[in-house]
Amino acid sequence: MNKILYKKQLSETVFLMRVEAPLIAEERKAGQFVILQLDNEYGERIPLTIADADKTEGSITIIFQVVGKSTTDLAEKAEGDFIETIVGPLGTPTHIKNYGTVVCVGGGIGVAPLHPIAQALKAAGNKVITIIGARNKELLILEDEMKAIADEFVVCTDDGSYGRKALVTEPLKEFCEMDPKPDMAIAIGPPVMMKFCAETTRPYEVYTEVSLNTIMVDGTGMCGGCRVNVDGKAKFVCVDGPEFDGHKVDFDNMISRLNSYKKFESDAHNCRLDQQIKEKEEAAL
Amino acid sequence: MSFIPKEKLAEDAKKILAEYEGRENELKTRDRMKIPPQMMPAQDPDVRRNNLEEVATGYTEEQARLEALRCLQCNKKTCVSDCPVFIEIPGFIKMVAEGNFEGAIKQIKTTSLLPAICGRVCPQETQCQQNCTVGKALKDVDKGVAIGRLERFIADWERASGKVQIPDVKPETGKKVAVVGSGPAGLVVAADVRREGHQVTIFEAFHKLGGVMRYGIPEFRLPNEIIDQEINTLAKMGVEFKTNFVVGRTRKLMDLIEKDGYDAIFVGTGAGLPYFMGIEGENLVGVFSANEYLTRANLMRAFEKGKADTPIFESKRVAVLGGGNVAMDAARMAVRLGAEKVYIVYRRTEKEMPARVEEVHHAKEEGIDFRLLQNAKRIIGTEDGRVKAMECLKYELGEPDASGRRRPVEIKGSEFILDVDTVIVAIGNGSNPLISQTTPDIEVNKWGNIIVDDTQKTSVNKIYAGGDIVLGAATVILAMGEGRKAAESINKQLAEELAEVPA
Ligand SMILES: Cc1cc2nc3c(=O)[nH]c(=O)nc-3n(C[C@H](O)[C@H](O)[C@H](O)COP(=O)(O)OP(=O)(O)OC[C@H]3O[C@@H](n4cnc5c(N)ncnc54)[C@H](O)[C@@H]3O)c2cc1C
Ligand code: FES
Repeated sequence: MNKILYKKQLSETVFLMRVEAPLIAEERKAGQFVILQLDNEYGERIPLTIADADKTEGSITIIFQVVGKSTTDLAEKAEGDFIETIVGPLGTPTHIKNYGTVVCVGGGIGVAPLHPIAQALKAAGNKVITIIGARNKELLILEDEMKAIADEFVVCTDDGSYGRKALVTEPLKEFCEMDPKPDMAIAIGPPVMMKFCAETTRPYEVYTEVSLNTIMVDGTGMCGGCRVNVDGKAKFVCVDGPEFDGHKVDFDNMISRLNSYKKFESDAHNCRLDQQIKEKEEAAL
Repeated sequence: MSFIPKEKLAEDAKKILAEYEGRENELKTRDRMKIPPQMMPAQDPDVRRNNLEEVATGYTEEQARLEALRCLQCNKKTCVSDCPVFIEIPGFIKMVAEGNFEGAIKQIKTTSLLPAICGRVCPQETQCQQNCTVGKALKDVDKGVAIGRLERFIADWERASGKVQIPDVKPETGKKVAVVGSGPAGLVVAADVRREGHQVTIFEAFHKLGGVMRYGIPEFRLPNEIIDQEINTLAKMGVEFKTNFVVGRTRKLMDLIEKDGYDAIFVGTGAGLPYFMGIEGENLVGVFSANEYLTRANLMRAFEKGKADTPIFESKRVAVLGGGNVAMDAARMAVRLGAEKVYIVYRRTEKEMPARVEEVHHAKEEGIDFRLLQNAKRIIGTEDGRVKAMECLKYELGEPDASGRRRPVEIKGSEFILDVDTVIVAIGNGSNPLISQTTPDIEVNKWGNIIVDDTQKTSVNKIYAGGDIVLGAATVILAMGEGRKAAESINKQLAEELAEVPA
């Protein structure tokens, strides 16, 4: 049981929570994630990146977007409520060292996992260029936090409601064209965004790391549900990743695998809604 | 063999037993050989295709006693030497025949800690039952004395009668032992170490305890209630459980000793990393490892649609690749989840199948189509990346290979298409890499299995290992056997340490 210490709504569908998890707070490193479950009997296991941790408080910060039934339920929890299961930290931590200049690209909710990585890269002496983007102003998160650690900072929105009206790949391309070009890029966000970031940097031969958020069950390498094609080989995101060389990831396959249960999931959601409606109706009788 | 309802089996047994009642100890070999082998009563195949309840319902008292009377109490006792933990089989069977069930369970428990489980899942036909004199005389292993069914009967009787004994625990010694993994190996270590008065904590990565017995083997073969009972017994003995704790990640293995003061550790993390075939199309939507499929259905309860949040693939036509217990479980689960057609695709013949005979028999009764001497060549997908069909090849048996099994050889040009929307791969597992990755000092072999000496000790002092993480994917009973050996070594280490401390 893990107590929710703090909750904040970052945008219409994005929430931040600080949750009690002292052991995880102590061990976690940038790039790692947790799996949480709201109910041990029938709950689903959802992987979420650790956005931050506070060892003294014994807490970790998670940031999530409401997309399905489990995240809807999670968003309904209040401060003082409990999450039944949190397990972690899982995955291989980001390899942090002084690379020179690193471009950190975050899209939408992907800015959350990017933040601790950018922070660690900065602390390791890198020049950190940050590009964050979202569909519109309302969906932008952690702008101030990212700005605080960036040597150069660009914000863009798809619709131009804030910052530059552009996709994140535009400024990324410009940085790649500079001389000297960046030593590395890290892109975290929706799969399509990561795919195009990797395509953008490929001609410039700028090594580009991406962090994949696939379907997972155990998170310990036992089921293979999280597998992706990397350089023609099946890799398990939960143990071999979550970070991979973006130039080698088969994004199209990953995207179709992410949609494996699309139809069924919306069924589960409906079932639950139907049930609630029914319960309400019965209560009204 | 056609299906016989359990009521009929029970009635027949009652009648036959009456003939022998009172002269159990006077029966001659000839009489005993005449007693018909008792079939395992089972749920009707048409009914059980739609539920998760246990398929084999267990002997009645009369059936058990009759089956026990078939034992010749021979001197060879190959059953004992063929049992990985050397249960005194003729001894307990004699007590069953006499109706002394309490005596029988006591006898079994001196060597086996999990009889309700082993009686259900052990491959008896390649162990205790393999060289049974009765089976030899009748020229059929399946007609040997049904030792596993009797073991199960006795364990179930104990549970039903509420006579389950909580083992005595010696006074606290102040020593602490960490057990990593709550599969059969870990549970047995916990029991044996706790009995000596040492404090035991089991660390489990999942939110539920039991290892593969919980997330892999389906309830229709091993009900959760049975695992729960074993865990309750441990809890009553004072064993502590920490679930959602991934050793190596949540805390490093060595930190358990260096920071948390554990005096010894047992690593029983089991097999991991499911193997795939390495063929085209294996990452298409609709291809799963059996581990994933079964974990979703069992542990995450996706079988209970509408209640569980974890989705499971809705399949109409399923091909399961492999011929072991895991393949049978996956195929039979697919049937229960509503698939209309389920194939087992295996490249050797039924004789070579590693699955328990009873599971193969049950799978056939449930309508699973066995495609023997066939194998997948590639999986064909639709435009949007979902499984559409599987191309297969036919095989024939050639010369025996190193394992003594005849090697399957592909027949050139025999390709054909199997129309499926789901492919479940059940061709085995590699080793779980988490502990070795995060504990570099532990020596592993080239398959990643932890290397131990004959006391189950690893290359690192105070750390022991056993079960599938050492053996590769093996069996419950072997895991249990290794656990007992490791517990003995741990108890010895701790006793020596205690003796060293000046009084
Ligand atoms: C579907 C299926 C059917 C089977 N059928 C049979 C059968 O009929 N008969 C038979 O004898 N055998 C059968 N087996 C094999 C048998 O289940 C295994 O050999 C046995 O369970 C191995 O026991 P174990 O204790 O070594 O490990 P496991 O049962 O694998 O348990 C290991 C436990 O450790 C946990 N763990 C792993 N890593 C960590 C970590 N780092 N920190 C904390 N916890 C961790 C895992 O979550 C798991 O709970 C079957 C296996 C499967 C998958
Ligand atoms: S989530 Fe199961 S292997 Fe990665």
